[in-house]
Amino acid sequence: MSEPASTSTKKIRVVVAKPGLDGHDRGAKIIARALRDAGMEVIYTGLHQTPEQIVETVIQEDADAVGLSILSGAHMTLVPRIVELLAEQGIDDVVVTVGGTIPSDDIPELKRLGVAEVFTPGSSTQAIVDFIRGAVAAR
Amino acid sequence: MYATTAMGGNGCRPTAGPSGINIRNSDFLASDTMATTHPPTTEAEWRAAYGLQAERDVPFTTLSGAPVKPLYTAADAPSDPGHPGVYPYTRGIYPSMYRGRLWTMRQFAGFGTAEETNERFHLLLRHGQDGLSTAFDMPSLMGRDSDDPLCLGEVGREGVAVDTLDDVQTLFDGIDVGDVSVSMTINAPAIVMLAFYVAAAEARGIPAERLRGTIQADILKEYIAQKEWCFPVDPAMRLCGDMIEWCSRHMPRWHPISVSGYHIREAGSTAGQELAFTLKDGLTYVEQAVARGLHVDDFAPRLSFFFNAQIDFFEEVAKLRAARRIWARELRETFGARDPRSWRMRFHTQTAGVSLTAQQPLNNIARTAIEALAGVLGGTQSLHTNSFDEALALPTEEAARVALRTQQVIAHETGVTNTIDPLGGSYFVEALTDRLEHEAYDLFSRIDELGGMVEAVKQGFPQREIADAAFELQRAYDSGERILVGVNDFVDDGDEEIPVLRIDPELERKQIGRLQAVRARRDAGEVERTIAELRAQAARAGANLMPALLACARAHATEGEIVRALQDVFGTYRETPVF
Repeated sequence: MSEPASTSTKKIRVVVAKPGLDGHDRGAKIIARALRDAGMEVIYTGLHQTPEQIVETVIQEDADAVGLSILSGAHMTLVPRIVELLAEQGIDDVVVTVGGTIPSDDIPELKRLGVAEVFTPGSSTQAIVDFIRGAVAAR
Repeated sequence: MYATTAMGGNGCRPTAGPSGINIRNSDFLASDTMATTHPPTTEAEWRAAYGLQAERDVPFTTLSGAPVKPLYTAADAPSDPGHPGVYPYTRGIYPSMYRGRLWTMRQFAGFGTAEETNERFHLLLRHGQDGLSTAFDMPSLMGRDSDDPLCLGEVGREGVAVDTLDDVQTLFDGIDVGDVSVSMTINAPAIVMLAFYVAAAEARGIPAERLRGTIQADILKEYIAQKEWCFPVDPAMRLCGDMIEWCSRHMPRWHPISVSGYHIREAGSTAGQELAFTLKDGLTYVEQAVARGLHVDDFAPRLSFFFNAQIDFFEEVAKLRAARRIWARELRETFGARDPRSWRMRFHTQTAGVSLTAQQPLNNIARTAIEALAGVLGGTQSLHTNSFDEALALPTEEAARVALRTQQVIAHETGVTNTIDPLGGSYFVEALTDRLEHEAYDLFSRIDELGGMVEAVKQGFPQREIADAAFELQRAYDSGERILVGVNDFVDDGDEEIPVLRIDPELERKQIGRLQAVRARRDAGEVERTIAELRAQAARAGANLMPALLACARAHATEGEIVRALQDVFGTYRETPVF
């Protein structure tokens, strides 16, 4: 069984981003490294990114997916803003994932806004790699 | 899970027990037969008997990856651990330790505006906590005002929002800060918050010299691990030095710094790295204070430390004991400190947040209790125990109460405080203490080769070490080599739902209202004058900024205004991330 032509040669490009003032970057860095080890092209934005900066990076880097890491509790302000900005820019095919300290009650709303998946503490890196690979292929 | 007993068929000779009955090796279950049949009485005998048994298929390493032998004996721990209260203090910094006084139960708290946190402070004091510890929100930690556009959604979420002197007044409303010791966990703008605190106390008639407590202020670990910064490294170090110097002259009961390993460990370091990087940071602050003309004994007695208590129990106890020994030796031998108070490392401990799980959160009560016990058996001076909902949100009242009660159970029910350093002399613990001490000195050498800790931080050395250790630990969990109960083993399909603290978004608007009210009623001219003077002093190398900052605080300048003025002179910082 052969791979669909669109995914057989091009590396998946993922932006791993830290929005807002949150400085907890242990998880984001581990994911960035795991995605890179899995053969993806990873752009790690570093800390203290505004929603505008993140969307700009997604556009400039022609990203297939963006992973937002938030452990500050500010996700219900930052994620909707990022999703809104992506839509404003006409970007509708970037897979948006969120990771961090996200109460389960907030997950349905985030998904309703267009977040493809939310990874809470305890998620395995392989599960995240597999999800992104699958979600990008399925677009 | 238990020793397999299938060895019988592998040529192990059956032996006759005392009653003449043949006993096969398959009967040698690890847990019970030793004492009843042929108890090994010499090491060689034990070794032979042990060698005939299968081991469980797990790594037998500490959480940090250090190999652990099946048995430790006197041969593994030749060094005499000494006595408590006697140099080098391996067994404790005071002669009586908990026989004389228990550790301070100091639970970290803060959320919303100063009013909500003040209520939580009163609740915790009523429940028997005996010291306060303040958690600030991200805007306050990053030196920004609550109405700064970058702070949208962040106000009051990770801690309490403090923009002005007025917020500090509300925060401690009804609390006698001349009597209760207060810790403040803030770093990059710490000197600003200290000025607010001193000015607030002064306005209540409490002079600075009466104030007891700690400000974290350890900026090196921010660049290494916690990542809360306002300025580049060198001016940030100058501000630390200003605080240490000013407090040595005006606040004899205050700790102007809490040199921290907690965050370094939370970021993913091993125990040895936590120990080495923390102590090296501390030694760097000592070097810099001495370089600016202070005598080591003038300020070293007021330095304090802050360590993590992770889940690998004995490694943590050993780490804390090694820390005391190394610090004492370095202060006495390397820095020539003569006052024994300079040699004694006093520290706060917090149980490891990162060890707690979102899955089956009630399991975290057990984890926290074990970690707290390690802190106590490690001889901590004060302790924070995490709440069981730590992986989900800030603590509910119930979770915060259980965390405090955990300390009270340890203190009053377990008997571990009846004697000093009860694990002292344990072959395993002394061997681990020695090993961690050696590991720390190895890392000290590597850091020295890079040109010292400030240079090492600028080159990203500790950051890289931590990222590598974090990745390795994650790999061990992902592969199942290391078990995390409830997460990669013993998983439940239906997780228990527990109530979770929600920060009302309305509090952000409320705080912005408070801030605007302060701006409206203060003397704008006075603010401008004091800020301009601050800028002028900041531009003067060698000027201590505390007096100028106190003037800004009294004029009701906001934290954001003060930090921006300093950034005008010092610049800002941008990290080159390593992963």
